[in-house]
Amino acid sequence: MNMATLALPPKPLARQARGWLVAAICIAVITLMLMPLVMSFLASFRPLAETSAVPPTYLPSALSTENYQKVANYQQGIWTYVRNSALVAGMTIVLCLVLSVPAGFALARFPVPGKEVWFVLILASMMVPYQALLVPIYLMFAKLGLTANHFGLAILHTILQLPFSVYLMRNSFEAVPKELEEAARVDGASTAFQLRRVFIPLALPGMVTVALFAFITSWNEFIGALILMNTESAFTVPIMLTGVVSGDFGSVDWGALQASVVVSMLPCLLVYLALQKYYVSGLLAGAVK
Amino acid sequence: MSTRRNALVGLAWLAPTLAFVSFFVLWPMVHLVWLSFTSTSLLGGGEWVGLENYRTAFGDPKFWAAFKFTLLYTAVITPILMGLGFALALLVSPNTPLRRLTRSVVFLPVVIGLASSSLLWFWLFDQQVGLFNQLLVDLGAIDEPVVWFRKAETGLAAVIISVTWKVVGFGMILIMAGIQSISADLFEAARIDGASPALQVRRIVLPLAARSLVMATVISVIGSMLAFDQFYLMTGGGPRGKTFTSVYMIYQAGFVRFDLGYSAALSVILMVVIMSMTVIQLRLQRGRR
Repeated sequence: MNMATLALPPKPLARQARGWLVAAICIAVITLMLMPLVMSFLASFRPLAETSAVPPTYLPSALSTENYQKVANYQQGIWTYVRNSALVAGMTIVLCLVLSVPAGFALARFPVPGKEVWFVLILASMMVPYQALLVPIYLMFAKLGLTANHFGLAILHTILQLPFSVYLMRNSFEAVPKELEEAARVDGASTAFQLRRVFIPLALPGMVTVALFAFITSWNEFIGALILMNTESAFTVPIMLTGVVSGDFGSVDWGALQASVVVSMLPCLLVYLALQKYYVSGLLAGAVK
Repeated sequence: MSTRRNALVGLAWLAPTLAFVSFFVLWPMVHLVWLSFTSTSLLGGGEWVGLENYRTAFGDPKFWAAFKFTLLYTAVITPILMGLGFALALLVSPNTPLRRLTRSVVFLPVVIGLASSSLLWFWLFDQQVGLFNQLLVDLGAIDEPVVWFRKAETGLAAVIISVTWKVVGFGMILIMAGIQSISADLFEAARIDGASPALQVRRIVLPLAARSLVMATVISVIGSMLAFDQFYLMTGGGPRGKTFTSVYMIYQAGFVRFDLGYSAALSVILMVVIMSMTVIQLRLQRGRR
């Protein structure tokens, strides 16, 4: 290393200028990214008379919940669709956990014959784009009475989310120290007991991540719900949105659109803000498979 | 406890997941291929037609138009997403409070649904009530509001702007993880040797974060090749069918025109394309490990 460069005095002015520049860029980026969200929130609280004003105003002249009252009575009422979405998401979470926790446990801790093959098989199903499987799945579900059915859609969403969930749970269980397991075994604990008392508490962060991704995927999934949920009363929130925009009100009702878009985004944003750490670590784990 | 018993217990834990994957992924895949050789209709009936559906597809100008449009969309949006994602990753990699905040905000739209964000932007782009148009007019960038969805080119541009806003944070986070895993000593040494930031990016960041950059690119390419929601909701495939994507074709053939056999053949073709891309992705990952 060159001692002469080390001895040079730092350039405080240049460094300070760079700091300000970085701060300015950060603030510009934040503004750009937040603007659509903020505009949408504000617009959803405009009074009815203002929602279709031409030219539009940036800020509402007064705050009002008229748009929300309107969507509350849209078709079957927006809460029907929110309830549908929440039910499907809840079932997806349960299905993903019920399947992936034991599977991940077995893959991490048991001498299952052909283990690697099974694991690769499960992961390989992630390579199949589910959009391409919608035709046979639709036919199967029609036969089983699972179209326009919450459980049916939850199964479809589990198909999407399961490989990632198993992968994540296997990693979580593998991270549990072997000593703990041995101690439990020496104490004569059964396998199920070990899973419940030793492994699950330690693999809880993994389970939270599985549930979180299952929720976000299910809440937002579009084309599968569009095809399977073919009666109005079974629509999930994203499918209801298509009705608002295709102009069931005559022309597009912009106020109703804003309010329903906000309702559709809000749960994801809140869940993300609360569990950001799990989300980002899960995303990285999933991509670096 | 004997190994044999352990193996059986493990298999029992794993069985539900294996059954689920076989029943809801593997069997539909087989059924899909079979369906693609038939003239099955959603209204019932259908018989074996051999390669007829594939012949129709490859001779169908609409099939090629949709395929080319999907490639065009992918080719345009990928460099934008990766370029911006890389720039943002450089910006937010250091762990200072403002940069962390920027990171979280840029990532925020990733968690909301594509349907929600598409409709949010559908409103922003509207020629009468859209605030994005209004903002461009007020900033003097355009003289009067643009009718974005009247022409295929501007429609595509609008979709790309909205999707970029929604998913740019995804690439950013993956690439950022790559950058953060580079040892701080390297940057320290480079700084002491007087290397400019630009040189550090070229000589240290690019080669060492290349793996995460490639991975983010492949994931993003596959996602773009499967685009549906954003076009269904924003352009409706229009004007005059110029913005149909491959998945949109599958949806139309199967669930609007009820021609499940043809839709299945289109799905098989798409599946082959996507799965070859995934194989390339896996190769790249192995190769660089």
